[in-house]
Amino acid sequence: MANALEHPIKKVMIICAKANIEDVYAALVMANGAVMEGIEAKVFFTFFGLDAITKNQMKKLHTATVGNPGLRMPGGLPFPTILGMLPGVEAGVSAMMKSQMEKLGIPPVDEFLELITAGGGEIYACKLAVEMFGLKKEDFSEHVKDIITIGQFYELAAGEGTQIIFV
Amino acid sequence: MAEKVYAGKTVSVTDDGYLTDPNQWTKEIAIEIAREEGIELTDKHFAVIDFIREKTLKGEALTIRTIGKSGVVDTKGFYELFPGAPLKKASRIAGIAKPSSCV
Repeated sequence: MANALEHPIKKVMIICAKANIEDVYAALVMANGAVMEGIEAKVFFTFFGLDAITKNQMKKLHTATVGNPGLRMPGGLPFPTILGMLPGVEAGVSAMMKSQMEKLGIPPVDEFLELITAGGGEIYACKLAVEMFGLKKEDFSEHVKDIITIGQFYELAAGEGTQIIFV
Repeated sequence: MAEKVYAGKTVSVTDDGYLTDPNQWTKEIAIEIAREEGIELTDKHFAVIDFIREKTLKGEALTIRTIGKSGVVDTKGFYELFPGAPLKKASRIAGIAKPSSCV
């Protein structure tokens, strides 16, 4: 506790490089949780993580039904990979996950971004990945503050009590 | 568990300063707790506090999202009224338990 008082976390810099529901939400929950505690939070979306802040993709995030050993059937039995390959299964599983989260009061991605930015958190897109995927500023959610380089990201990270978290 | 005197009334509080019994709460106590948090309460603050107390005493879990959708204040306004950690500060001032929500 003494350590908590002497060396509080003042800023979190969260990098999200994946488009799975679970990875995107891990980043968003951590960012929002920080803002709620009065900790400065900046989230940097890169590579496939850009889907989470791209207007056309942010409402269509999926979880992987192939190659996901943690995935189970509703009763707890293992989820057969071969089932996950069938058309529509991934979409169905993803929709189930989203409705489960909605029941717990976890907002959809666009509303989550709004919560984070309303609390002073900042959302960034990675310049390199944006160029790689041929995206433009207008393809992104209005909550995206800027498209920045990794160098700018480190500049924003400067200061005592900063933590960098990679999702 | 400890005791504290706010507005001439002795109340029991947790180690991090939250009232243990929301029924001991009064507006005068709220004003003094708010001063400890560096906030001078206005009618707008009290509108939010009333909403928080009403929902909590009904047993509903509170999140920043539900408060932002309450119609009393939007999320941005909530952060402005209780700067830093709004849900924690507002809960403490409203005399209810420390929030346990992750969103």
